[in-house]
Amino acid sequence: MSTEEYALSHGLKKVGARPSLVKYVREAITRFDFAYTLASYGNEASNAKSRLGSWWNILLPTIQAATYGLIFGLILGASKPNNFLPFLFTGVFLFSYVQGSFTNGAGSIVNRAGLVRSLSFPRVLLPLSVVMSQTIALFPQLLVLGVILVAVQGFGSITLGWLMMIPLLALMFVFNFGLAMIMARVTVHVQDLNKLVPFITRIMFYVSGVFFSLDKIFTTNPDSIWAKLIQFNPIFDFLNLARGYLVRGYEVRVEEWIAVIAWSFGLAVLGLIFFWSAEERYGRED
Amino acid sequence: MAAKTKTVAERNPVVVVDNAHIIYKVLASGRRATRGLRGGGLLSKKMEVREVHAIKGVTFTIYEGESVGIIGSNGSGKSSLMRALAGLTPLSSGAIYAFARPTLLGVGAVLLPDLSGEKNILLGGLAMGFEKQDINSRVDSIAEFAGLEEFVSYPMRTYSSGMSARLRFAIAASKDHDILIIDEALAVGDQEFRNRAEARMRELHQNAGTVFLVSHSMKSILDTCTRVIWIEKGELRMDGEPKKVINAYNKFVGSTTID
Repeated sequence: MSTEEYALSHGLKKVGARPSLVKYVREAITRFDFAYTLASYGNEASNAKSRLGSWWNILLPTIQAATYGLIFGLILGASKPNNFLPFLFTGVFLFSYVQGSFTNGAGSIVNRAGLVRSLSFPRVLLPLSVVMSQTIALFPQLLVLGVILVAVQGFGSITLGWLMMIPLLALMFVFNFGLAMIMARVTVHVQDLNKLVPFITRIMFYVSGVFFSLDKIFTTNPDSIWAKLIQFNPIFDFLNLARGYLVRGYEVRVEEWIAVIAWSFGLAVLGLIFFWSAEERYGRED
Repeated sequence: MAAKTKTVAERNPVVVVDNAHIIYKVLASGRRATRGLRGGGLLSKKMEVREVHAIKGVTFTIYEGESVGIIGSNGSGKSSLMRALAGLTPLSSGAIYAFARPTLLGVGAVLLPDLSGEKNILLGGLAMGFEKQDINSRVDSIAEFAGLEEFVSYPMRTYSSGMSARLRFAIAASKDHDILIIDEALAVGDQEFRNRAEARMRELHQNAGTVFLVSHSMKSILDTCTRVIWIEKGELRMDGEPKKVINAYNKFVGSTTID
């Protein structure tokens, strides 16, 4: 009898073997509380050393949006998109949700090496908790956004359409989770990639139409490669949809809904399989 | 014969380590810092992947009811082997089988240093699979076991190394594990805490649990273990009855006293 047969015949199981996808997801769901607690505590911890504490969750993106508003407002001059402030703030806040999930997702395994090395739990909870933590940080920003929308557009701009933000944000959560899982694994294989993350998010920022309108490209040159690429960019679609519901003078396109639904679920399923298939590798020190 | 003596083959194994190898791949320039003065520009210092063979074919079987001490010099591969046992470091070849997933309690384990001890207890408990209300009701007793009642609301980064090691032990030991690996965690505690921890380890052991204890303190190994495995330079040097193995080890390192 081989050692393996001997061990298995006594009811022992191989240590470190990856569970089946179904079992993996089920185990992750039972420890959901852990991901959520880690997310809310993690947010708290990141602000623990500053005096203003969690106010930074609102202050930072507001200052950021105001800076862009000042700089791009001056540079763009007359070619500014219509209704510039609501346009800009919607773009910046929602983009920062994607960007935060992408950047912190990339570090979710490598930056929590201590946790990974000392406790065993489904590792997918780490990218999940990163996206949860970004979501928690997003809510106060949405409040700021609401105030700005009303201040610029008046109370009349509050419509039933605002409710469409709920499914849209839910889809963004799914999308960001997929993104975070993929980045979490990729950086485990190639740590050097973490150095490139800021540049990748910069490029994402410029091709998603955060502070300028990309409509010109579509009207003047709809068949160009750029127009096609940008239309294929899901972040651009997310921002456009949100503006369609929140910002006066912008329309919702049905194709964009189809695009973001396909992107979100596609990315989440792909990301989960991609992340899970390297489960036993996380925590190795090379 | 069969009725009276239980032969080795009849005992129930709980952990089987079968020809385990661990090879770390490390990115390093492989050059001594002090020789850096001659030659070689900025770009020529290319990083190479170098291999460190930490565990070289270790095989043993642990049976029900044993508590095992792991000894060996620094850098002998004890911690690597224990991490592999807990499934935290994958093996390069060979296999490890266990009755339940072993839990490792090590010194290096840090939860979130910016958070209070209390919140770390909650997080650690949830990660180990406790229900939320379960761990909520245990926070006080865990803090008490770790002996830091009045400090429990302070951030963990303000703790001394002894305090945080005590807290980590208390968190892990709050659950009955089928297989628990304790890696040098007790070395930092004071004598009073060490006694409490050893008592808890015996208790875990009595609840049908298997305990692995990695330690340089031969006294705590003798006090708690029924079997000792000596690892040296990644190989299994000796395996057997505690007094015998420890005596051989002491002869090897040139120490005459048991401490």
